[in-house]
This record gives sequence, structure tokens and C-alpha cells, in this order.
Amino acid sequence: MIEILNLSKAYAGSGAQAVSGFNLAVPDGEFLVLIGPSGSGKTTTLNMVNRLVEPDGGEIRVEGHNVLDSDPVTLRRGIGYVFQEAGLFPHMTVAENIAVTPRLLGWDKPRIAIRVRELLTMVRLEEGEFGGRFPQELSGGQRQRVALARALAVRPHILLLDEPFGALDPVTREAVAADVREIHHKLGLTTLMVTHDMTEALLMADRIAVMRDGRLVQVGTPRELVAHPADDFVAQLIETPRRRARALAETLRA
Amino acid sequence: MNASFREAWALLPDYLGQHVILSVSALLLGVAISVPLGIIAARSSRLGTPLLAAVSIVQTIPGLALLALFYPLLLALSVVTQDLFGFSFRALGFLPALLALTLYAMLPILRNLVTALAGIDPAILMAAKGVGMTPRQSLFKVELPLAAPLVLAGIRTATVWVVGITTLSTPIGQTSLGNYIFTGLQIENWVFVLFGCVAAAALALVLDLLLALAGSGLATRSRSRLILAGLGLLAVIAAALTPEVMQGASANPRHSVVIGAKNFDEQYILAELMTQRLERAGFAVTTRSDLGSTIAFRALGAGDIDAYVDYTGTLWGTLLHRTDMPGRQVMQTELAGWMAKHYGIASLGSLGFENAYIFAMRADRAKALGIKSLADLPAHPELRIGGDFEIFSRPEWRAVAAAYGIGAMKRRQYQPDFLYRAVTSGDADVVSAFSSDGRIARYGLVILADPKAALPPYDALLLVGPAHAHDAKFLDVLKPLIGSIPLTLMQQANLMVDRDQDKQTPAATAAWLDRHLSH
Repeated sequence: MIEILNLSKAYAGSGAQAVSGFNLAVPDGEFLVLIGPSGSGKTTTLNMVNRLVEPDGGEIRVEGHNVLDSDPVTLRRGIGYVFQEAGLFPHMTVAENIAVTPRLLGWDKPRIAIRVRELLTMVRLEEGEFGGRFPQELSGGQRQRVALARALAVRPHILLLDEPFGALDPVTREAVAADVREIHHKLGLTTLMVTHDMTEALLMADRIAVMRDGRLVQVGTPRELVAHPADDFVAQLIETPRRRARALAETLRA
Repeated sequence: MNASFREAWALLPDYLGQHVILSVSALLLGVAISVPLGIIAARSSRLGTPLLAAVSIVQTIPGLALLALFYPLLLALSVVTQDLFGFSFRALGFLPALLALTLYAMLPILRNLVTALAGIDPAILMAAKGVGMTPRQSLFKVELPLAAPLVLAGIRTATVWVVGITTLSTPIGQTSLGNYIFTGLQIENWVFVLFGCVAAAALALVLDLLLALAGSGLATRSRSRLILAGLGLLAVIAAALTPEVMQGASANPRHSVVIGAKNFDEQYILAELMTQRLERAGFAVTTRSDLGSTIAFRALGAGDIDAYVDYTGTLWGTLLHRTDMPGRQVMQTELAGWMAKHYGIASLGSLGFENAYIFAMRADRAKALGIKSLADLPAHPELRIGGDFEIFSRPEWRAVAAAYGIGAMKRRQYQPDFLYRAVTSGDADVVSAFSSDGRIARYGLVILADPKAALPPYDALLLVGPAHAHDAKFLDVLKPLIGSIPLTLMQQANLMVDRDQDKQTPAATAAWLDRHLSH
């Protein structure tokens, strides 16, 4: 359970509020997608959950505890995070990247080795082939799979994803997205994902939260959003995938 | 040629060993200081910018000057620690060289580290934070490993610089491969000069290759390359240390003495003469040659060397700052009293000859222009005067310039040995020279008279430092040298080392001189 209460953040130097008056509750096991145009404050909101960004006001409760009361380092070790373009450490092999957080927590070597093998299997990468490779020797999709494995290494209950598929080609994107969704289900995670791609949001989310100019505009299931968009902005956003689908259908018919 | 090469080869273990120890120590110290400083500098530009500027400025100071500056600095510090805490340290040789070279090593390492840390992708830093690293873990597990290749490149640059500049530590009393170069230039032994240059270059190359191997080992995670590079570096250091350790083990510390020499032939010969006699008497002797003029005296006073030869006129002017000319005997007596009182130095007396500053011209040219004395020079304002690196800033020159009104003459400075080339080739018309130099007659030069007696006498005094000023065994070995070397004998000895044909080494010449002493 993630509860966000009246959250606000303004970056020093820029007068505008990056996030303001934001309220949202994500129940256990939910896959929630935060969507909005660039600069709408969605990544800032995501980063405040594990305190990569410090809020100015409001409260975030993760499993009942206010994150501002916990030690940020301990907090981050307990929450999985997948970065834009993976954020893998270039001087570490795949296996070492995945083992980073377990090592920080002082796991012993055999336990780490077993866990790395499990995780690579989970993200459909052959350990013998990929474990010893460096990130720059992987394709974009493979990197993102490794990043996912790294995020899940110490069995967190909460997974944060910041535009994880932005740099992937459409085919890879679909395959990785499907795997993320499946893993979310299988592990019973509470997942918060940021994207600006509505099709992706509609296909993956249990609920979608639409942001604009630092504010939450509407939150609901994909069906609710399609049926009852709160305003023209949401309607337009929802309309995009449909419009593209229609255009595609016409092209194919012609 | 072959003899020179063999002699150079025989000196290699000692010179190379000391060179490696100094260079490697300076590099290690440079790394140890630069890495924490670089981390601080990368974190705070308020500290970083002035720090990098300061280190860059150090780099612009000529190597020789920087090395020499550390000697008086440390000497003053040594006096302070003696007063405050009751201990002093050797301000000559290893320590000043180490500090100066460490400063030189710092710039490339520091600059590369700061650049590398600043250049790390912010997304990677964010990821390090995101996976739950503390700032310290982020630094050691992510930032420094990512900066390592560039830092290693900086260390390689520093290595090549430091190995090269270490040759300049010879004039402040630290033996290095520079001894070949400085001595070689002095006695015009080009085999020596070349030998020193090649040895230093080879050392720099070997260390650089080993570091490159270590770098590629790090980059490709090849354990075998890393081990090979590590073993190579260890082998170089071990090979360098061996002669030092052997020497250290065999030396008898009770009778170990250090003989100093300034940076010219006569000094090498006299130092060798003293060394040979002391060794025959059972002393373990080290020589520190190529010392700067006043550095030698300070080193004697501070106990860094135990004996050397200096000249009355030099001491009178540069140490007592006296310009009066009370006469040879009075000068010697006053100097002896002053040195004993202020430094505990004993003057054993004059060796029997004088090595005075004089001014000389080519005989044919002097005759053509009708010049016989310094007093004739003002009538020829077109003449150029050549001097060594010291003369124009010495009180002797000021006295001569004032007495004869020649302060405005066009000046040129030369490495002492090139002075004769300069005057014979016409590059300079008048040159400063030394009366005991055998080459004055050989090159057909005439000495310009000094009718106003502006130049002081320069009797060669044998000086003994405070530690041995009352050591009867030590004094008994050296005292017989007093009054035993007449001027013509010294001129002959100097010429043996200076001449182009049948050139002798200072050691061989000293042995010859010992057989021909006047008593």
C-alpha cells in the first residue's frame, strides 16, 4: 500500500510547482501507471516515493510508515527501482549489477549466486551467456531485463519504474512489457510506473493516474477513463491510441 | 669511450637505485595526496577551482628552482623543530627532492581525477543512490572505479614527468641518474651525459609500459595482466633497492662520513682525494657532489655533509657579506673564527692554492684591442662578457663592476664548461674564469689584471662540519692535505679532467694528485 497525501514539490530556481496538492492511494497488488506530458511532475512524484527527491510538503506512507521518518538508504534498498535507459553500472557485469543491493545488505556469496540465477531465469536471460557480460554488450531490451532483475533482487514488495521502455524498439517493448506485467502478478508486487505512452498505460495498468502541471487530473481504471474522461485533456490523451488504431485499420483496408 | 662507459655502468646500480626510490616514493606520495584532494575538489568547486589553480602554478615553476627552493625551506623548518621539539632532520638530499617531485606528480593525477568524477553520467549517480548506496558506497563502488582509467592515465603522465625531473635532484645533494648528466656536462664526458639521459628515458618507458599493462588489466579484468604488471613494478623496485640494502648492511655507521663537492671539476677531484684518503683510513665514505655554492656550506653547517673545500673570497662575500679587503691572512683568521662561532665548523686551513675569480680574453684579441687590464674595458662598450650562472649576482662582480665602471656591459650566461668555447669562438669577448683552471693557458687566454684589487683572494680552505670538528681520527686523515697543493699542481690536475684527449676521471686524477702532493 502506497498512500500519497497532499504532496508538493518545487525545485529551487524554477518558480513553478513541480508537484502540488497530490493525493493518491495505491492498494497492495495494484499496477498503477502515472501518465502525463513531459514536465507534468510524474517522475518527480515517483522519485519522492523512495526519496530520490525530497518532498517540500505532504506525506508518503509506504506500508503504513511515513517515508520521511525512515532512513532514506534503508528505504531505497527495500524498494525496487528501474531507471530510464536501465541505469546499469557500466563497470560491473550483469551478475554484479544484479547483486548490488544484496551485497549492500551483506548477503553471503552462495546466497547471492543462487538469487542471481533465479532472477536471470525470471527475466528470461540465460545465466551462462549473460551473467559475465558488461551492460554495453547487451541490447536495449536485455539491459532493461537486467535492470528489472536488479530492482527485484532483494524481494521488494514495491516496484517503481521510470519510463522503462522509452528507448526500446516496438517489438522488444511489447515483449518486455508483457514480462513486467507477468512478474508483477506472479510476485504480487505493488507497482508504480511512469510513462507518457497511453497505449502502454491502457494495456498494462490496473488503474491510470493522469497528471498535468503537477496536479492529479483523474485516476481510474482504463475502462473508466475511456468511458468518462474528466475533461478535454484526458479525453484527448485517451483518444490518441484509438485514433492511431483507426488510422492503422484504414491503411490496412486500403 | 670504453673506459667512460665501463665507469658509468659501474655507477648504475647506485644511481638507478636511488633514482627509482625517489621517483617511486614521490609518485606514491603524489597519488596518496591527490586522490583524497581530487575527491574533495570534485565535490566542492569552491575548494576545487583554487586547488587546481595552485597545483597548475607549481607546474610552471622550473624543476630545478622548485627543488632548490625546498632546501632552505626545510632547513629553516629543521631549525624550528630543533628549537621546539629537540630534533632536526636532514634538509639536504632526499627530503626536499621528494617534496618537490610530489608536487610535480600531483597535477596530472588531480586534474584527471576531477575531470573523470565530473564527467560521470548523472543517471549512473542516480542509479547508485536508487539501489540504496550511501554517498560513501557510491564513491567507492561506482564513482572511483569509473574514474580509474583516467586517473591511471594521469599517473602515467606523472610517472614520465617525475622520472625525468628526478635527474634535477642531483644539485640538492640527492644521488640520481642526474649525477651522470651534471657530472658529464661538467667534465665534458658526453658518454656520461648520454648514459644518464638514456637510463632515465628507459626507466620512464619501462614504468609507463608496466602501468599501461596494469591499465589494460583493469579494463579487461585480466588477472594475469594485473599480476604481470604488479610483478614487473615490484621487480623494478626490488632491483633498485638491492644495492641500497647491501650498502646499508655493510656500512659501519660509526665511521660513515659524507664528503661534499660543488658543481665543478676541481671540487670533484678534491672530494675524491679526501674520499680515497678516508677510505684507506677505514671510513665508509659517501659523496654528495654537484651541490650549489651556498647549499654546500649550509649542508656542512647542518651536518648533512661532513667536509668539503670552499674558497675564502666566496665565503667572505656571500656569507659574511663583507666587501672590505683586509688581506689574505686576516680573512682566513676571521672566517675561521666566524664559522666556528656560528656553525661549529672547523677550518683546517688552505690547501695551498687559490682559485680566484678572474676575467680572461683571447690573447690575440686582447692584443689587437690593446686591453691588458679590467680598467681598459670601459673604452670598448661593444664587448660582450660571458659568465657562469653565479658570477653576475655575486658581490665580486658588483665590486669589479663598480671599481671599473663595467656594470653595463652586455652579458651572457653559460654552463661553466661552455665558457671557454664561448670565448674561443668569439661568442663572448671577455669571460669569467678561475685561476686554477688549466684551460686558461691551454686555450691561449690572458688574464686581465686587477689594478684596483677589486677581487678578493680565493684560498681553498678545507672545512670540516661540527660532527667531526674535534674528531682526531678524521682530522688526522685530512690535515696532511693542508698546504700540499700548489697552484700549478692543481691546474695540471684540473686539465687532466677537462682536456679532450686522454681525459681522466676525477677519481684517477685524485689518485695522481695524491702521488704528487708537495709533502
